[in-house]
Amino acid sequence: MKATMKTSLMTAALIGAGVAAAAPLNSAYAEGKSLTMCWAAWDPANALVELDKDFTKQTGVEMKYEFVPWTSYADHFINLLNSHSSECDLIIGDSQWIGGAAENKWYVKLNEFFEKNNISMNTFIPATVVGYSEWPKNTPNYWALPGMADAVGWTYRKDWFARPDLRAEFKKEYNREIAPPETWDELLQVAKFFTGKEIDGKKVYGAYIFTERGSEGITMGATNAMYDYGFEYDDPKNPYHMEGFVNSAGAVKGLEVYKELYKCCQPPGLSNAYMQEGLDAFKSGEVAMQMNWYAFFPGLYKDPNVGGDKIGFFANPKGPYGQFTQLGGQGLSVVAYSHNIPEALDYVKWFAQPNVQQKWTALGGASASKAVLLSDAYKASAPYAPSFVASMGFVKDFWAEPLYVPLLLDMQKRLHDFVVADKGTAQHALDQLVKDWVKVFLQEGKNPA
Amino acid sequence: MTAADEPGTLVERIAAQTPPHVAARVRGLSDRSIAWLFIAPTILLLLAINIFPLVWAIRLSFTSFMSNMPMPMRFNGIDNYIDILADEDVWQHFQATAHFVVSTIALQVVIGLGLALLINRQFRGHSFWTTVILLPMMLSPAVVGNFWTLLFQPQIGPFNYLISFFTGAPPSSFTMIGDVRLAPWTIVLVNTWMWTPYVMLICLAGLRSIPDYIYEAAEVDRASPWRQFWAITLPMVLPFLMLAVLFQAIQAFEMFDLVNLLTSGGPGSVTELVSITLKRSAFEKWETGYSSALAVILFVTVFGAANIYVKALNRVKQR
Repeated sequence: MKATMKTSLMTAALIGAGVAAAAPLNSAYAEGKSLTMCWAAWDPANALVELDKDFTKQTGVEMKYEFVPWTSYADHFINLLNSHSSECDLIIGDSQWIGGAAENKWYVKLNEFFEKNNISMNTFIPATVVGYSEWPKNTPNYWALPGMADAVGWTYRKDWFARPDLRAEFKKEYNREIAPPETWDELLQVAKFFTGKEIDGKKVYGAYIFTERGSEGITMGATNAMYDYGFEYDDPKNPYHMEGFVNSAGAVKGLEVYKELYKCCQPPGLSNAYMQEGLDAFKSGEVAMQMNWYAFFPGLYKDPNVGGDKIGFFANPKGPYGQFTQLGGQGLSVVAYSHNIPEALDYVKWFAQPNVQQKWTALGGASASKAVLLSDAYKASAPYAPSFVASMGFVKDFWAEPLYVPLLLDMQKRLHDFVVADKGTAQHALDQLVKDWVKVFLQEGKNPA
Repeated sequence: MTAADEPGTLVERIAAQTPPHVAARVRGLSDRSIAWLFIAPTILLLLAINIFPLVWAIRLSFTSFMSNMPMPMRFNGIDNYIDILADEDVWQHFQATAHFVVSTIALQVVIGLGLALLINRQFRGHSFWTTVILLPMMLSPAVVGNFWTLLFQPQIGPFNYLISFFTGAPPSSFTMIGDVRLAPWTIVLVNTWMWTPYVMLICLAGLRSIPDYIYEAAEVDRASPWRQFWAITLPMVLPFLMLAVLFQAIQAFEMFDLVNLLTSGGPGSVTELVSITLKRSAFEKWETGYSSALAVILFVTVFGAANIYVKALNRVKQR
């Protein structure tokens, strides 16, 4: 017994020593070092700070943060990267930056590093690998590790949907039970039904949708309707050929539907509103349904006033062309101008570990790892989880070209002019958009003809 | 013996203390050279921060340079200028700017002069009211922008409730910032609120410079107050008023911060002033060549208009 115990202790000690020796991150050299992580200032960033305490504990590398509000996130960090600044060692950069980051060599290319450290992109949800990591798209050239999976989804007031008086009224009006919308037609019906109703002594509105003009808001919103009605960025067989795809009859219809939703059912004053305004409108009981990023849903679910039993979640509805939703989220990259590249790569390696990915999601982040996201445990973990997993299966993303900013700003202008400012027709707006984009692609040296 | 006890003027005494090698070098310089020596730092500074950027911007305006792309600067002649002048959207932004400048100046002049005439009279609490009226122009545009954005909120903003009180329309039935018809007037309203005190202040200076004896002579001649205003007050305040108009027109033409905070150029592009267009093309789209051409066009427009105006102002002064 004694001998057995001694052997066991020795074995444990050996295993311990082996694990310690093999542990890639238990590096004494890192003592006194620090890494600066750059990202947007929002709920998941707080979860990351919490998560990183483990990294510091394991490696001794202190983590510093530069979190910038979404409204200036792109401007701020793209300027830093453009000026070859070493301010950020690690960056959680938007999916649209990947083209510019790869072609301008802002990020460290990670293929060799992944290979050496057995990090396989097959362990991540394919859409996130294409969206956050690859450039050129659909080629095995990796510039980021999928960091924060996200997509556009919807929340609704489950308690309002369950009220017998409203259910009866809805059934009488539309001859069906009120339920979370599955199609855009149903969404419009439900939104119109709630608009103008007095609930709990307050006039409420049907739906909150993105309308922000300055950065990316209205594009990230309207595309959810446009994709479902047939909008494509270009001809899949003839890249950069946009005529008849960007301004197809379906795309026009999708944009008209989005405008109809804005005109009928958006609360007044929200003509230049994005994520925060949506959260405020929902939390204050002003809207029955809200479009927003899934990243906010854990926070909303915990909200004492509108969370818990009062909130429900559903994926972006279907349209005649199919069911799609706008991809959000970001990849984790190592900045090529960093003075701490080895430590930053160590961080990426640490972050890629399955247990870290698991904890990342548990803390309020959103792992793109298949093992985490597709597990039954995750799907059962929260009411928003099933629709999030489903949404990640039909995401579409905006251009990720090096010149994505002018492409995005052109779309912002054309959509806002039509949807909010009533300028021209949807057809005119999208025809103009094709012209704008052709000009940008010509500048970039691409052939959109 | 101290320096003060030494014989001769102060200048002579200081000259006597100048080290001989410095004195020898300066002695050979003419007055003109010394004058140049003194103004050289200022001239160099001006060249570095004003003239050089201007010349550089003019040079960039003839290229397709994009400062966020690692591409060489390619000369493209006057393509940028043609693109700008042929762009329907840019003309619309110029129209929005013209509407903003003209409306804002007209309102500021009328209200500012009116307030100056009121404040110029001696009454109880005169100093208090002067301070109250001057407060808006002492605030930062960022504060004013955010403050008015809150006031204009359709559901909780007091502005809509005030309008509702007088008109009976429900407060949330209209939105000052989000409505295509109201938004251009909203930015005019806020800018007028903020900068009318400045016009008032300049007019007040003009009113205070009019000698009392002129009015006394007019009283003797039995001129009515209305006649006194047209024959004495207005002509004598006019140079001051024109100066205020010049300053405010330039300020309104280059207005960015307040409008950006209030509407970001929206809804759509109805309040997109050219300064916002310029910022978007220069620092969001990074079209450096194009935006330099737009900046040059703006510079020429403002500079040309200001020159014509200053000539008119001088003519009024000489009368």
